[in-house]
Amino acid sequence: MSQMLEVRNLTKHFPVRRGVLRRVIGKVQAVNDVSFDVAKGETLAIVGESGCGKSTIGRALLRLTPPTAGSVRLNGEYVLTLPTAEMRKIRRQMQIIFQDPYASLNPRMTVADTLAEPLLLHGLATPADVQDKLAALLETCGLQPWHAGRYPHEFSGGQRQRVGIARALATRPQLIVCDEPVSALDVSVQAQIVNLLCDLQQEFGIGYVFISHDLAVVRHMARRVAVVYLGRIVEEAPVATLFATPRHPYTRSLIAAAPRPDPRQKTARAPVQGDLPSALAPPPGCAFHPRCPMAEARCRTERPELRLLGDTKVACHFADETPVASTQSDSAASDLLQQRLAVLEAARATKCHEKEPA
Amino acid sequence: MNDAAPLLEVRHLQVDFHVGGTVQRAVQGVSFSVARGRTLGVVGESGCGKSVTSLSIMRLVPQPPGQYAGGQILFDGDDLLSLPERRMRDLRGGRIGMIFQEPMTSLNPVYTCGAQIVESLSVHSGLKGKAARERAIELLDLVGLPSPASRVDDYPHQLSGGQRQRVMIALALCNDPDLLIADEPTTALDVTIQAQILDLMGNLRERTGAAVMLVTHDLGVVAQTCDDVVVMYAGRVVEQAPTAALFADPQHPYTVGLMAAVPRIDAAAGRLATIPGSVPPPWIEAKGCRFASRCPLADTRCRAESPPLRDLSAGHHVACWKAPIEAAA
Repeated sequence: MSQMLEVRNLTKHFPVRRGVLRRVIGKVQAVNDVSFDVAKGETLAIVGESGCGKSTIGRALLRLTPPTAGSVRLNGEYVLTLPTAEMRKIRRQMQIIFQDPYASLNPRMTVADTLAEPLLLHGLATPADVQDKLAALLETCGLQPWHAGRYPHEFSGGQRQRVGIARALATRPQLIVCDEPVSALDVSVQAQIVNLLCDLQQEFGIGYVFISHDLAVVRHMARRVAVVYLGRIVEEAPVATLFATPRHPYTRSLIAAAPRPDPRQKTARAPVQGDLPSALAPPPGCAFHPRCPMAEARCRTERPELRLLGDTKVACHFADETPVASTQSDSAASDLLQQRLAVLEAARATKCHEKEPA
Repeated sequence: MNDAAPLLEVRHLQVDFHVGGTVQRAVQGVSFSVARGRTLGVVGESGCGKSVTSLSIMRLVPQPPGQYAGGQILFDGDDLLSLPERRMRDLRGGRIGMIFQEPMTSLNPVYTCGAQIVESLSVHSGLKGKAARERAIELLDLVGLPSPASRVDDYPHQLSGGQRQRVMIALALCNDPDLLIADEPTTALDVTIQAQILDLMGNLRERTGAAVMLVTHDLGVVAQTCDDVVVMYAGRVVEQAPTAALFADPQHPYTVGLMAAVPRIDAAAGRLATIPGSVPPPWIEAKGCRFASRCPLADTRCRAESPPLRDLSAGHHVACWKAPIEAAA
């Protein structure tokens, strides 16, 4: 399958300046040598903890933060070297949804203004038919026509995120970078937005780069997952493989650390100790070695490169020797929960049918 | 929950906010209790009143606009809502410790971590000077802060999020509280750090035998750490049960919807169940059940009369006219 997005050796270093002369005294290596592909209509999840550089990857590939090195190709076109005018055309194809839609929407613009701007700017609507296109867009994202005249502060978090999604969707992009789109939302709203994103992908064949720290959400959204630690991909695999046989010790500890919403399944005691090291002075060798339960002398000096192991790419010296069996008992929610849910859904279905009087 | 006399008992608590000439009822008639050595989880989504409830126990709801409009909060027999401010101040940070969600905003940025712990020690335990400083270092060591002897002189901004939360826990625990209130203590933290902090809180509870009230929106954290759970919705308790019973046998339609909406890391993907609609805003005065507008089972009675919290089986309480749901099917 030909890839829609090809990212090669993407690198972003931020200079650190000190003193009156603002001399460069060091660099934060936010993203180092990151490569991945996204096919049309596919979701690649980028997972990691805060400060690992996952948001910088998303911003760098859209040129919102100019990368230090590397290349990004969208449908064969080199995005990073395009002149501004050309870039503007490409931007139509690449959009982004942010974590906090309140901070990313202009508070002085109504929803209609926010959504009409990209439509008119990219020539996707004329002043004559912009209202119709807008109404269709709102409906696609689960908003009501009368929402158009409202300002961002008048919405709840979930609705605001729907506006953020509508704004990204307005230009009919091929690729959307979703930067923690559901992290700030409550569980029941989060489920609505996750389902909406899945529906939109099915309908329009959009490719997602889904940036998240939440492995449970990722398991529901993604086809492939890349785990990032301190600016580098340490493991990349199809979603089923990653959760069934996590190869990198960091991936294993991320999966183990997530508290299971089931009191019968006790989470293991804290699987890793300590904090993420500073990206200003990453540890030599494997960046994970200070926290790794199985680090040896070699890990302290020699950085493991990504290598292929089955259909997993992993950067660990001991990936093929490690215990692969993760404690996976696919225990779904309790039977009673399922039964009750069925009752509720049946009732909801009949209600939609009858529209019973209040 | 039915052991001996509970350490903390909240009875029919009602908290109003007076905003722009209207009264908003943030908490309406909430009751629960926590016994020594037990952990109670209070779960709900934003705006359900869980944080206002926990702030009320410390009597930290700003008045005005807030107002304690009714009920009692009994702590070891004393009603905290009628205690004079001076005695309340002794309790805060003394017999009741509190951990907040964002340690950067709840620690004072212009004092070192050590100075903040020393202050609390000297106010509540009368420990001064070198002894207090040594105790502070001991506490920081206890909560797992690396090289506590030098970190004691660090300012909050010099620490990472997880380290700051450890300092916050040391501060909350420094006077051996009988009750620890933790309001979303791990929400701002990464999973690996969250696991460390939850471990730490569990160990400390075992050592000190304190009662813990854990306020969270995360059902995973509840399942892993709590003995009993209170589920809140729009200012009311909708369901209350021992943790195992609640997860095995959720009764309230809201609890069922909430549990089904959680994406699971340990099960294959599928479409997530959702609860259509959203939480009614507190200024909309509802006569009946607050969940009625989103509940597929709601009928005329649900919209007219608010269901009381009633006993379904031992220790399992539900506020729903339709429970148990099977009977309605």
